[in-house]
Amino acid sequence: MSTPLDWKGYEPVLIPKISGLHQIDIYEKNGGYESLREVLLNKTKWPDAVSVVNEVKEANIRGRGGAGFNAGLKWSFMPPVDGGPRYLACNGDESEPGTFKDRKIFEYNPHLFIEGALIAAYAMSISTVYVYIRGEYRSFIQMMEKAVSDAYAKGYIGKNILGSGFSTEMVVHSGAGAYICGEETSLLESLEGKRGYPRVKPPFPAQRGLWGRPTTINNIETLANVPLVIKNGASWFKTIGAETHPGPVLYGISGHVNRPGVYELPSGMPILTLIQDVAGGMRNGKRIKAVIPGGSSTPVLRGDALEGVNMDADSLRQAGSMMGTAGMVIMDEDTDMVEVLWRISKFYHHESCGQCTPCREGTGWLEKILDKIMHGDGETRDLDLLLDVTTQMEGRTICALADAAAWPVRYTISRFREEFEARCRKSVYALA
Amino acid sequence: MEYSFSKDDLAKIDEIKSRYPEVMPATLPVLWLAQDKFGHVNEEVQKLVAETLDLPVSHVHGVAEFYTQYYKKEMGKFVLDVCTCLSCHIGGGYDILKHLEKTLGIKAGGTTNDGLFSLQEVECLGACGYAPMMQINNDVFVNHLTPEKTDQVVEGLRKGKYPEFESIAMPLNPNTSASKETV
Ligand SMILES: Cc1cc2nc3c(=O)[nH]c(=O)nc-3n(C[C@H](O)[C@H](O)[C@H](O)COP(=O)(O)O)c2cc1C
Ligand code: SF4
Ligand code: FES
Repeated sequence: MSTPLDWKGYEPVLIPKISGLHQIDIYEKNGGYESLREVLLNKTKWPDAVSVVNEVKEANIRGRGGAGFNAGLKWSFMPPVDGGPRYLACNGDESEPGTFKDRKIFEYNPHLFIEGALIAAYAMSISTVYVYIRGEYRSFIQMMEKAVSDAYAKGYIGKNILGSGFSTEMVVHSGAGAYICGEETSLLESLEGKRGYPRVKPPFPAQRGLWGRPTTINNIETLANVPLVIKNGASWFKTIGAETHPGPVLYGISGHVNRPGVYELPSGMPILTLIQDVAGGMRNGKRIKAVIPGGSSTPVLRGDALEGVNMDADSLRQAGSMMGTAGMVIMDEDTDMVEVLWRISKFYHHESCGQCTPCREGTGWLEKILDKIMHGDGETRDLDLLLDVTTQMEGRTICALADAAAWPVRYTISRFREEFEARCRKSVYALA
Repeated sequence: MEYSFSKDDLAKIDEIKSRYPEVMPATLPVLWLAQDKFGHVNEEVQKLVAETLDLPVSHVHGVAEFYTQYYKKEMGKFVLDVCTCLSCHIGGGYDILKHLEKTLGIKAGGTTNDGLFSLQEVECLGACGYAPMMQINNDVFVNHLTPEKTDQVVEGLRKGKYPEFESIAMPLNPNTSASKETV
């Protein structure tokens, strides 16, 4: 971008500085549920559901769950109404290592998300909204249950909402410990009360989702942006942050910085600014060795290649990585990259659901070979073996977990090759 | 041990069933209800859940096995789940795990002889910025662990003192206000 980002004066809108905002009456006093009311009752401005979909599409809210897909565009894939039930599944599984942002919405501004989900429900003629939250978030699940029941009591959820004739139900559903249930079709299986085995696509959930009926899946943070777009307009939304990836972003910063945490700032923030100015710089003044920008599956960037790299899809693609969930893991010069990669691979091996051979076997091999290298028993040719295994995994499975497991291996080795080689004995053929 | 649901439980289960168009989706919430009541969902509990919901035992068993938070056997009174995943790993999660293994005298996956503590190594719990951390009994998170803080928590639990939910203040934009302040 040519103009430097004005982030210093940025005032948070997803998690604004209003104390007690999680309480429904304080949320209402601050303009809460006005967007829902407008959409349902102001027929001059919002003549029909399609007008709402179009505004959201125009805003280009790119999915905050990892894939970065335009939310309004996704909504427009729902087939025409046929009188049967239609569902919205809100993805609060939040299990990608390095990601801890949706919980801030549950704790500090649950009604913003609920309002967004209700607007989405109206826009897609949805009869029931399921809010799927990872089971480990018991505290946050309780907060959400309270918020949903308060919203029911005030008539924002349920039959004939605000006298508009529109009705929809909302149910909070707890997971029980399985990363894979964050994958959208696995989440549907889990909601249906089964093991979380991802489904083969197509058919896509918009055609056949929950109980075979049209279903849309959106991330919690994605939906929390919706009332803001309705209130201030798509054109306002597009002035925030990066042009092709606009809006506020909850950056989750963890690792070796002085002030880790979740920060709400415009999209497109320079990575170095986030580390130095926002998160208080590196602990003990150490150098930055590596940054994983968007959760464990996104390719690691070298610390010496961060100049000019911003947190938006385009800039990160140019730099050779991805935005993912904006869960940034910052590592200092003392970090052992072999160990880090081993730990990431152990995670994916543990979480593979086992349906596809390349994933079930591949993730196991990655962990095993890395374990060997970490303990000094590896040979340089094992590095090629690792890359070979990733090639056999990528793009050959039912869901993207296999890719998510393969990318870190591919890119950590290619970007920190010297460190991996230093841990390996020279293979015989390499000496020859 | 004889496992059964009370009248109140059954009323709650009916309410759970009413949230979904079919019975099967009640499997996970009812397993949770059972685990909260009995402390685990071993095969007998799985059978009870299956009979109550009129679903095949094999289905309930398959679900219980798939999800890591369901305890398939009896556990200690306090289950300590220490995260050693990416951010916790680089923040010293394994040091905390080893420290607990030493002080409790068990390996991860084990339970102390007095039945008080079970220790587990777990994957990312969504508290990466507050690493290293652990979760107790599938419930509260204890963040920013040090060996000293870990000892305090364990001693507290021995005395029946259960840690409270730690609200993490939202750090604000450092340029617009003081760095750490509750919203
Ligand atoms: C293995 C795997 C795990 C995922 N985990 C999550 C998750 O925890 N939370 C989430 O919102 N999306 C997750 N996703 C992405 C979802 O499949 C889906 O794209 C997303 O929820 C859609 O919402 P959005 O368009 O609003 O981002 C995961 C995807 C994969 C392949
Ligand atoms: S890719 Fe892995 S996680 Fe996804 S369906 Fe196949 S085995 Fe399961
Ligand atoms: S890595 Fe431990 S909570 Fe995320």
